[in-house]
Amino acid sequence: MRSLYRTIGRSELRDALALAAALAIVGVSFGALSTAAGVPPLMTLALSLLVFAGGSQFLVVAVAAAGGSPVAAVVGGLLLNARMLPYGLAMGGVIGDRMPARLLGAHILIDESTAFARARGDGPRARTAFWLSGTLAFVFWNCGAALGMLAGGAVPDPNVLGVDAAFPAALFALLLPSLGKADARRVALGAAAVALVATPFLPAGLPVLVGLLGLAVAGRPR
Amino acid sequence: MSWTALLALAAGTYLLRVTGVLLRGRVAMPDRVQRYLDLGATALLVALAATAALIQDGGFAGWARPAGVLVGVVLAWRRVPFVLVVALAAAGTAGLRWAGVP
Repeated sequence: MRSLYRTIGRSELRDALALAAALAIVGVSFGALSTAAGVPPLMTLALSLLVFAGGSQFLVVAVAAAGGSPVAAVVGGLLLNARMLPYGLAMGGVIGDRMPARLLGAHILIDESTAFARARGDGPRARTAFWLSGTLAFVFWNCGAALGMLAGGAVPDPNVLGVDAAFPAALFALLLPSLGKADARRVALGAAAVALVATPFLPAGLPVLVGLLGLAVAGRPR
Repeated sequence: MSWTALLALAAGTYLLRVTGVLLRGRVAMPDRVQRYLDLGATALLVALAATAALIQDGGFAGWARPAGVLVGVVLAWRRVPFVLVVALAAAGTAGLRWAGVP
């Protein structure tokens, strides 16, 4: 733990805090929305702590509010979260070497911690970046949700603050270093094109998964 | 919402996360497979960022959001610090919405 602490640079901490702060704002709106949808406080907190995947949390709350089937909510949520499996395959070695670290780290495997770690290669810096960004995201997201539950109707729409633009911008910024290689650039363009074209035809979550078809243009390694 | 549904989603999501993590640790992967796994993560993150930048509820998200994202991408390209990239992308979108752009 001490060696982990030592490798945290000030810029890493600052960057991870910026991302976590944006997550906290969305967390606040989740807490408020879930409460407004009539989800009991304990369940809202449990969703936030145990599922810890924003898109699927909003989805199940929306389905519950609309009186939809719980099975559809769970299936839809798992479809949104299916990308975690390939994330884990790519990140397993970065997260840790020992079982407890892997089991614990798996829970903070999210888009942000994956992108944050990958922007720093796959050595010790990537491991530090993963745990730092994942832990801060977990704390800020859940504190945000709790705050949103308390504030209820007083919470403004996060879109007014442009937070919905902050996340894709942050992901692109974190991905830029890995797009230096020609094969990664081809795959990225292919993935974005396939996902966008597929969007009108597929349920939420699947367009991102079919982005994997971008691997078809990976070509040979140099 | 029922506790059963909530716990099923939580367990299923954790299972998705931990399966990949444990597989990567257990099975020796040839370099070629590792390359595809790494490129696969890039593909998913780019697909996610692209759809998040342009799509809302299965349709076009409006101009304010992609314009803000574009501001962020250009700043990141010019090696502006990450904190500013995130803040100015949000500020760009918020400003456009304030000015009436959807």
